[in-house]
Amino acid sequence: MELWFSEFHTNNVKLSIRSDEQLYSGESDYQRLDVINTPEFGKMLVSDGDIVFSEADEFVYDEMVTHVPMAVHPHVKKVLIFGGGDGGVATCFAKYPEIEEIDLVEPDEMLVEVSKKYFPEQTEGLNDPRVHIYYQDGLHFLRTVQNEYDIIINDSNDPFGHEEGLFTKEFFGSCYKALKDDGIMIYQHGSPFYDEDEEACRSMHRKVYRIFPVSRVYQAHIATCPAGYWLFGFASKKYHPLNDFDPAKWKKKNIETWYYTTNLHVGAFMLPKYVEDLLEEEEGRTKQEIKNELEETK
Amino acid sequence: MIRRNKTVKENFVERQSHAPVYEALEEFKKKKVVPFDVPGHKRGRGNPELVALLGEQCVSLDVNSMKPLDNLCHPVSVIQESEELTAEAFGAECAFLMVGGTTSAVQSMILATCKPGDEIILPRNVHKSAINALVLCGAIPVYVEPKTEPRIGIALGVDPNEIEDVIKKHPKAKAVLINNPTYYGICSDLKRITDIVHQHNMKMLVDEAHGTHLYFGENLPINAMKAGADMAAISMHKSGGSLTQSSILLTNNGMNADYVRQIINLTQTTSASYLLISSLDISRRNLALRGRESFGKVVRMAEYAREEINAIGGYYAYGKELVNGKSVFDYDVTKLSIYTQGIGLTGIEVYDLLRDEYDIQIEFGDIGNILAYISIGDRIRDIERLVGALAEIKRIYEKEQRPIITGDYIQPEVVLSPQSAFYSEKKRLPIRETVGQICAEFIMCYPPGIPILAPGERITKEIIDYILFAREKGCSLQGTEDLNADYLNVIV
Repeated sequence: MELWFSEFHTNNVKLSIRSDEQLYSGESDYQRLDVINTPEFGKMLVSDGDIVFSEADEFVYDEMVTHVPMAVHPHVKKVLIFGGGDGGVATCFAKYPEIEEIDLVEPDEMLVEVSKKYFPEQTEGLNDPRVHIYYQDGLHFLRTVQNEYDIIINDSNDPFGHEEGLFTKEFFGSCYKALKDDGIMIYQHGSPFYDEDEEACRSMHRKVYRIFPVSRVYQAHIATCPAGYWLFGFASKKYHPLNDFDPAKWKKKNIETWYYTTNLHVGAFMLPKYVEDLLEEEEGRTKQEIKNELEETK
Repeated sequence: MIRRNKTVKENFVERQSHAPVYEALEEFKKKKVVPFDVPGHKRGRGNPELVALLGEQCVSLDVNSMKPLDNLCHPVSVIQESEELTAEAFGAECAFLMVGGTTSAVQSMILATCKPGDEIILPRNVHKSAINALVLCGAIPVYVEPKTEPRIGIALGVDPNEIEDVIKKHPKAKAVLINNPTYYGICSDLKRITDIVHQHNMKMLVDEAHGTHLYFGENLPINAMKAGADMAAISMHKSGGSLTQSSILLTNNGMNADYVRQIINLTQTTSASYLLISSLDISRRNLALRGRESFGKVVRMAEYAREEINAIGGYYAYGKELVNGKSVFDYDVTKLSIYTQGIGLTGIEVYDLLRDEYDIQIEFGDIGNILAYISIGDRIRDIERLVGALAEIKRIYEKEQRPIITGDYIQPEVVLSPQSAFYSEKKRLPIRETVGQICAEFIMCYPPGIPILAPGERITKEIIDYILFAREKGCSLQGTEDLNADYLNVIV
């Protein structure tokens, strides 16, 4: 039997993965969720037809959003994760004993249940007593939060799906408010390779660059992402991802990894020319905007 | 085509499940008739770029009036059936599908009840379409002064006692027109006003542009037909979900429907768009079958947004607490109107910030308020974005409160009827030099489209100050011959 799962990366490109079994299908108020088994990528979680993660490449993503800020910020106590209902990121943070609280905001309770049932290893961290899950909208949660967190992770990956609110200026602004004076926000920056994704990537950088004093972008290779290539945003009120990076201190923590290394940390911020160019273009545009506004108010 | 067999007794739901115009269009499409009539784009083939924009389905429905599809100017088959179903759904005697916006419905109400020289009683904060109708037909306005809310500066409803006083002073008036609910959601005591109006043998006309949902939702303010009004203009395209520019006119109490049709035909196009007509047909069906549930959801979303916005602080999202039994008899809780001066910003400033900085387009902002339109198409996550953006605007842009001109409404002195002023000899003056003159044209902020000055009214310094302040704050000023509104036409 030939059974193939396909995801469109553009109108003209699709990624097809052979599946041998569909393990689950269900619909919540927010999305349709499917779990399928594939010979190449292991089990995969699919939301409204798009891959959320696969067992084979999930570790790349989780490690890159966790260890990068953890190796920069000198004293992390409180972490907030948005859209991390699949538990991977929380599980990764739970490896750090110095963290006191990990708050997870996820609107869809069903996503957590399905993840727990079909991906017990990856959701292990959700059982950690430091992890608290809040089933609510991210913007709603943030409204009353001020100066609370050391690290905020936006783990939502679809700027056009039910979590589109997590890619807006009001969201990034609210994160700024919710972070302590030396807080760091890590967010999904998309995949800029295909033309149709480029504008989303640019607009995200524009929004964050305007709000945070430090705004850098780093990359990783993730096989199931469009073009196998993915960017993350590092936005911070104080720390620079390379200048304030302390590899020796992080190494002493003895955290086991498969993707992240302290060498890779530095390399991940070295971007291809075309990506650098488009980010710099947006930075130039934003600087000009700020200049114009200052002149206007004068 | 599934045609209803009229001899079979059907219940309300079965009848309302039909959309006769839509069904006829579907049937017509299947026949693949070769068009040698207008429109000249011939199902889009002659205009591929238009097809690319609107889609094949859409342009193929843009057809001419013809026997199987009836004719809006003289309906005898499917449009007639659709109008009958509409009347039933709204609890009216007759309904007219309108394609010239609610403007044409409001004008038809006035033209159908007033002749040149007749008096008509109305509050001054009516939509410009009502005063335009007075220019057209030569009726004389008698204005009832609406009260203004001192804190938030919006015009309130009409007090029945005041209506009665005015009626006693003008016993020969032919009709009373009120707008209910207002843009902001304020409702007057429609039932009592209607009773008073009828006791004095006048016609009760209601501009219900912002009240389609009152006919379908639960626990909402009373609608015009239920209150016993004679005519009502309904903006189906606002809360009803039909296409922009489509509207409904309702009549009741034995109004002569054939005469009303003649009045409508004076100004209505003879090439009515089937896109508009079918959108009214489908929307009416949807409201009749699912309106209660849909508007229940709208109310819950609006109430949630109100609570959350009031919790931010500074903003005031008002609701039922404004009700005082007189100038605010009831409040339409589907509306989300927010007073913004508590954070030191005018409504128009918040309106601009929401659009330019947060990609959120709201209905309008005036000097003191913004209005976000909540409808059957909204989702709670969009509400979260709106509330989140308002919280951010407060955090980033809040100013120390400073005195701002309040009151969106100044009652002007009427010197001439709108028609004689409009057609008088005029001269153009720079706006600052017009104090004391009689205005010969309209000037208004759009939206909401309530005239600050109408033809025939005395210009005062207070009014000019208000206009200049509104313009400085970024309101779009409209209605004047000079598109920049630097000059005003006054009567020589």
